[in-house]
Amino acid sequence: MKKKFSQNLGFFALFLCMVATLLALGSIIYFIALRGFGVLSWNFLTQVPYSAMTKGGIAPVIVGTLYITLGAILFALPLGLACAIYLCEYSPKSIVVNIIRISINNLAGVPSVVFGLFGLAVFVKFFGFGVSIISGSLTLGILALPMIISSAQEALLAVPQSIREASLSLGATKWETIKNIVLPTALPGILTGVILSIGRVAGETAPILFTAAAFYTRGYPKSIFSEVMALPYHIYALMTEGAHPDKQRAIAYGCSLVLLLLVLFISGFAIVLRQRQRSSYG
Amino acid sequence: MNILCFKEKLYKWIFTVLAFASLFFLVGIVLVLVKEGLPIFQKVSFFKFIFGRSWYPTYNPAEFGILPLILASVWVTFGAVIVCLPLGVGSALYLNELAGPVQKAVLKPIIELLASIPSVVFGFFGMVVLTPFLQKIFHLPTGLTALNASIILGVMATPTVCSIAEDALNYVPNAFREASFAVGATRWQTLTQVVIPAAGSGISTAIILGMSRAIGETMTVLMVAGGAAVIPHTFLEPVRPMTAAIAAEMGEAPMGGSHYHALFAIALILFGATFIFNILAEIISRRFRIKLGLSG
Repeated sequence: MKKKFSQNLGFFALFLCMVATLLALGSIIYFIALRGFGVLSWNFLTQVPYSAMTKGGIAPVIVGTLYITLGAILFALPLGLACAIYLCEYSPKSIVVNIIRISINNLAGVPSVVFGLFGLAVFVKFFGFGVSIISGSLTLGILALPMIISSAQEALLAVPQSIREASLSLGATKWETIKNIVLPTALPGILTGVILSIGRVAGETAPILFTAAAFYTRGYPKSIFSEVMALPYHIYALMTEGAHPDKQRAIAYGCSLVLLLLVLFISGFAIVLRQRQRSSYG
Repeated sequence: MNILCFKEKLYKWIFTVLAFASLFFLVGIVLVLVKEGLPIFQKVSFFKFIFGRSWYPTYNPAEFGILPLILASVWVTFGAVIVCLPLGVGSALYLNELAGPVQKAVLKPIIELLASIPSVVFGFFGMVVLTPFLQKIFHLPTGLTALNASIILGVMATPTVCSIAEDALNYVPNAFREASFAVGATRWQTLTQVVIPAAGSGISTAIILGMSRAIGETMTVLMVAGGAAVIPHTFLEPVRPMTAAIAAEMGEAPMGGSHYHALFAIALILFGATFIFNILAEIISRRFRIKLGLSG
């Protein structure tokens, strides 16, 4: 009897933990959706801001986020894919591979603000790109690299060994096998990983603080060397800078909701996609 | 034939070189932090920098003691662990031991989805919802405190901790559970005396990685920790963790000045801390895999 009681008590406690987790995270989404929904409108999404950031929309901010994110992926994808191909297809089991693995894991654990400082010292200052889209994209690209590598690795490892052997036995070389057989088979999995990293990168703030973001620019960014407004930084800036805190707060709710929807939609899409792929491999 | 051979070798070389990108950037980060951070130690001694109690980088004469910032980071991270330990590990145990297949299939992706909520959104929520709430119940002059930052960071780290801990529980072979049931143990006894000890090091890895995430997290602490660079005495005071100091002050620090170098030196210490956490997590999880007879 006593055993049964302590078991029920313990299981109930675990159940409460699960509920508390979902409640805590759910309430964040709920509050932002509740207060941000009233701000959302077609004009909010398509107009430029005016009257010292208190009126108008956030179109250039959304566009800025897209530019920075796409730039980051364009930089990280080829590099990360090449690294994954080396680790899965070429790597001799050796100390070199271990060093590469450890450095990937550690790069993934570097605090985001440290990436920001690296970007500031290297891209902004040393290469002289200034505070710009390209500096921000490169910085975020390095941050995305470990994510891209590990998801590409997972996709490559899921390709059955027998397909590779079939190709090699027909006389194809290693590179021909990779290019014509392995990559096309792994492509859906690689794309899923890319989409997942887009979701992560789009929400990052600290790396672009000193490398790309500005609170206000006139209209849309003109080149990859111009400063840019970006959604995550914009939320922070609206809450801490500017002369009209109350009016800015409403816009910050709108920005948060847009960013939240964007990130949840992108990540959700990727998670569902991956679930399907995993079950299709059995 | 020769040209084909050459092409094969060329591709192999290209991939080998590119594979070192991660190592290259990691080393690059360390070099940059060292190069930009070390000059501060010509101004203040290393000992004074770490254990100095006053951080007044813009005063004349400036003081660069980062003890308040280090302690703030430690406090906030500790608080975050207290929040995310029951939430994350408890949820993982629930998912692994109690949830049915349908619940599991729904909850696991949801937890993963929640892990993708951007940190700035957490910070924003902390500012507009949690801050006034804490201010009211504790009758504080400001709700932007170490407690606020701890709660937000803890909730934020929960999905990550939950996912990793759940993976660790999954690795525990079913034979362990069956053997325990066979000798008459209840499910709860099996869980607490067989499964949790078996997955213990995997769960520790999850917590260490959660801590690593919490100590390096920037936007939330920048927005909700309050920003006062004083040595904290209670959780109800505003604090300024290391990441917040870097993010808040780098914009105003003149390039190449002492303040600029000091902020890079802080980043170097921060990098060192997360590096140790990650290596520790790696070692523990490797042992865990060997213990359960999985490949390293």
